[in-house]
Amino acid sequence: MRSLRASETILEEVAAHARASYPDECCGFLIAGPDLRDPSAPRTLVASEPAENAFEGGRSTRFLLRPQELRAADRRAEAGGRAVVGFYHSHPDRPARPSRLDQENAWPGYSYLVIHVDAAQATELRAFELDPDSLEFRPVRLLAEIGDGSVGAATPGEKV
Amino acid sequence: MGRVTVRVPTPLRSLTEGRAEVAFDGATTVGAVVQGLARQYPPLARHLVTSDGHLRGSVTVYLNDEDIRYLGKEATPVADGDVVAIVPAIAGGSTSEPSAGHGRPADAIADGGPAFSRDELRRYSRHLLLPEVGIAGQKKLRRSKVLLVGAGGLGAPAALYLAAAGVGEIGLVDFDAVDLSNLQRQVLYTTPDVGRPKLEAAKARLEALNPGVSVRVHPERLTSDNAIEVLRPYDIVLDGTDNFPTRYLLNDAAVLLGKPDVYGSIYRFEGQVSVFDARHGPCYRCLYPEPPPADLVPSCAEAGVLGVLPGLVGVLQATEAVKLLLGQGTSLVGRLLLFDALELSFRELKLRKNPHCVLCSAEATQKGLIDYPAFCGVPPAGAESGDASVPSVEPEALAKELRSDDPPLLIDVREPEEWAIAHLPEAVLIPRRELPERVDEVTRARALVLYCTSGSRSAHAARLLLDLGFTQVRNLKGGIHAWADRVDPDLPQY
Repeated sequence: MRSLRASETILEEVAAHARASYPDECCGFLIAGPDLRDPSAPRTLVASEPAENAFEGGRSTRFLLRPQELRAADRRAEAGGRAVVGFYHSHPDRPARPSRLDQENAWPGYSYLVIHVDAAQATELRAFELDPDSLEFRPVRLLAEIGDGSVGAATPGEKV
Repeated sequence: MGRVTVRVPTPLRSLTEGRAEVAFDGATTVGAVVQGLARQYPPLARHLVTSDGHLRGSVTVYLNDEDIRYLGKEATPVADGDVVAIVPAIAGGSTSEPSAGHGRPADAIADGGPAFSRDELRRYSRHLLLPEVGIAGQKKLRRSKVLLVGAGGLGAPAALYLAAAGVGEIGLVDFDAVDLSNLQRQVLYTTPDVGRPKLEAAKARLEALNPGVSVRVHPERLTSDNAIEVLRPYDIVLDGTDNFPTRYLLNDAAVLLGKPDVYGSIYRFEGQVSVFDARHGPCYRCLYPEPPPADLVPSCAEAGVLGVLPGLVGVLQATEAVKLLLGQGTSLVGRLLLFDALELSFRELKLRKNPHCVLCSAEATQKGLIDYPAFCGVPPAGAESGDASVPSVEPEALAKELRSDDPPLLIDVREPEEWAIAHLPEAVLIPRRELPERVDEVTRARALVLYCTSGSRSAHAARLLLDLGFTQVRNLKGGIHAWADRVDPDLPQY
């Protein structure tokens, strides 16, 4: 599985969205340059984009990203020579690991970032990808780039 | 027939040998294009189609920017030059346990969410045994949202049963605190809750009853300014209001948003239940175009109510809400159920849509929300109750006057049952409804102070006397409640 690189700014934006949406789940897009031919090459995020949690029901335990919103985000990204390469969503008061439901709805090729957030506003981010053979999630290394581009945190589960 | 191009999102190109577009010649429907794509790229197939070749619920397909669910679905015809786009449906959540073992793409969106856990299957087993509910129905309940306006006599039992039934999200609108006098009928609350905000106590109780239910609280008064936004996310609204301005407001907002309003009301020993859904039948205004005169409408606080009555009516409302969510049975749309607890009798009236209804008919003139307190002829929420043109006296000032050499005469305009609970010393009882016939008993020689529970009924009574030529008439501001709060704490409150 490839690793996922992102600036601290992007990771902090994602964490802030999770905190602001608490106790509901938040969701959004992860955007990268189109570096995707080689599934083992590291993927570097260039932006995140918040989306609406359109789940009609208890949004504290569920999220739904509308297909039309994904399509619109895809088009915006493509217009800038980028691509939507993954999705993030939060687990309020639940661990930062994919649920069975997350896995059942997942697609290979995309990166999935899961954010734990609790009432004390603490967050934890972990990254996953679906194994195309077993159709199970595998953790991937989440690398936080600090300011000058050097790589800081280097393990999944990095606290932000 | 001709050439159709399929656009593949960037991350999925690892499954299409890197290709961004795949062309198909000769396909006639979207379904055939998708099946062709699945055949050509087996790694993609398991995410696109089920074992019998149909499109999975976890994928959305666009034909030239239109979602095919709103066209002819898989049978949507394609033509030369059409572009088909594959968009994954992205959903999930923390509701189920982390995965173990082999995963499989599920048609989660199509069939209403994830499988139930073992505990959930057990919790809802009596529902699941009913063919009218079953797994699919229970999932419908789980993704439903019901707004209860009023967490009182009607809202309390309705909320308990809706939470127990597994309705995914329950919204509650109320701004009161739990009062000891609520506990005779508002079964959501317990004695230690007295003094707590109702919604705080209700949320804790409902989530304890069913942790799978999300309780959203709206600790505010429903007004013309916030009603549309408060109601918008919900599938159904349930009317547990105790006043006409809010009842008309709720009806009007539900009509404007195209949502069913499950109506219930109670009076002493009698109840009414119906479902107002202007899309399929009458609305509340078709039944009652105008509110009754404000001074003819006693509230439960004034008129009393048998404690079990709102329980019965609230549970009937919950029954109707669950049926509507499941799409089962015959709803009370177009029917008004009347219940009399003393006779234990049910009657039913047919309701028809009013062809001249200002709100929901073809000739409707009202296109938005209005000023409901003004429409109902009552003071705005939070304002002083009663007739502002009637002179009034504060409890402390009255206490001082009563100790003077020339005390005013106190007239209690409440009902004898209320008098029996508590009354002010030296007062005489003349219930407001008897006042017109008994006006000769009222002296014109002394200053008069009229009182009731909170100052509303006595203001109307005082207005009557003033109009009959009495000159020295005042109203006790805040009624016997204010007197008990500020002058005589030993006086029982009710």
